[in-house]
Amino acid sequence: MSAGRLLRTLWPPLLLAAVLLGGWQLVGRFAIDNPQVLPTPSDVASAGWDQKAALWQNALPTLRETAAGFGLSFAVSWIIATAMDFSAAARRAVYPLLVASQTIPVIAVAPLFVVIFGFTLLPKMLLVALATFFPLTASLAEGFAAADGEAARLLRSMGASRWQAFRKVRVPGALPFFFTGLRVSITYAIGGAIFAEYAGAEDGLGIYMKQMQDVFRTDLVFATILVIAVLSVLLFASTYLLERLVTPWRRYERADSSGDGGRGRGWGRR
Amino acid sequence: MSEYQLEVSGLIQEFPRPDGAALRVLDGLDLRVRPGEFTAVIGPSGSGKSTLFNIVAGLDRPIAGEVRVDGRIATGYSAQVAYMPQKDLLFPWRTVEANAALGLEVQGVPKREARARVRPLFGEFGLEGFERSYPAQLSGGMRQRAALLRTVAMGRPVLLLDEPFGALDSLTRTQMQLWLAETWQRHGWTIVLVTHDVREAVLLADSVHVLSPRPARVVARFDADLPRPRTAATFQLPEFARLEQAVLNALGLKDHASRILRMPDTSSDRTET
Repeated sequence: MSAGRLLRTLWPPLLLAAVLLGGWQLVGRFAIDNPQVLPTPSDVASAGWDQKAALWQNALPTLRETAAGFGLSFAVSWIIATAMDFSAAARRAVYPLLVASQTIPVIAVAPLFVVIFGFTLLPKMLLVALATFFPLTASLAEGFAAADGEAARLLRSMGASRWQAFRKVRVPGALPFFFTGLRVSITYAIGGAIFAEYAGAEDGLGIYMKQMQDVFRTDLVFATILVIAVLSVLLFASTYLLERLVTPWRRYERADSSGDGGRGRGWGRR
Repeated sequence: MSEYQLEVSGLIQEFPRPDGAALRVLDGLDLRVRPGEFTAVIGPSGSGKSTLFNIVAGLDRPIAGEVRVDGRIATGYSAQVAYMPQKDLLFPWRTVEANAALGLEVQGVPKREARARVRPLFGEFGLEGFERSYPAQLSGGMRQRAALLRTVAMGRPVLLLDEPFGALDSLTRTQMQLWLAETWQRHGWTIVLVTHDVREAVLLADSVHVLSPRPARVVARFDADLPRPRTAATFQLPEFARLEQAVLNALGLKDHASRILRMPDTSSDRTET
């Protein structure tokens, strides 16, 4: 993305954010004037800056839980989606359960997991995985199913086995779908970890936020929320980066569909 | 070893219709192709040309009849012939080189070796310098050449080309036909070309098989003994016009065709009704 385009993309949300923060600052300063009820953005910023070491130390375990849980979710989604692709029976058996699993309220099972597994990494991992694996699995399964039937026939005419056809057509064909699912689920990932910590943890942004609430440091609660938001946005943005690395051909497809409208005769085009 | 590289005899194929009755698509179809022969199969839309190819490619089994490649039974076995489908079906996630090497990879040739083996062919296929490009970066004609390269690279005795130039604009199509005539001349591949295009069939092939409307049989076979090499000048030969007319007649387009042929600017597509 060029600097000019980046600027054009960024200034509207930045302007809106500035207006909202300005309004909040004015209301907090002059209408409420009680930092324990509503700290102003400047209160939040200075409190967060003072406690930056604590925030960072608590962000690390949260990120660790997110990564571990997301890794689990990633592995489970590929295994389930692959099984569903190879076996119609597996698909019929598993899919309703997957949908049902999404009705489990994370907020209700979080304390249960802590009771069962203690203050360890495991309950957090499981909650992050529970919150994220469905969009991953569903998008992968759909991506596999969307593979071109004619491409499969071509491979069959070449003498390809089912597994070769899966690896060479269905997996790469499913990647764009997968990244859509990845973007949906990654926004749930940190939230899942925070919920888990809320229910019981030794450290992490969730438990830190709770402790600050208990001592009426509303400014630091907001600062923690800000850190969580920034981390989530960074994770979200990183999926685009990853997508570019993993599916480099997609750039040309987009250019092709939005570009000159035709592939041209282009014998000499490079 | 048989005199013929590809022998198709007595193929019968039926598909179930929604009302439960059987729809007969192929009705005792025979086809014999000598080594190095370029054969065209032409027929009305829906006459079962794709059904024929699916059987020869081993993707479907016929109800009756058999396919032999180099004298050996190949009915129902894939991987005996190299099949180029109508759509180029280049995989967008593979570079042109990797697409071309796909058939070899499937046959178990290690990736790097497969790519090294297809690379020398790029110049002849007009794709030099595009080895690492993605298909989305290629023009329509280049994509078809890349698909043909993938087909040829498999090293199978017979190439099945299913309307390979059908989706191209007419100028590019003519360019591609002349290019294929020239390239075939150098390599002497055994080719079965399915087409809708009478001019394409007559220009390229040594023999033209005309199919009846469904259920399909071969109703006429012509030897296209026009001089080689075939070039743009071939279109001007009186034998070309005579053969084209004969094929059109065999397709049952006599009156219709003579009417069209009198018009100065005729695209070959119009012979298809």
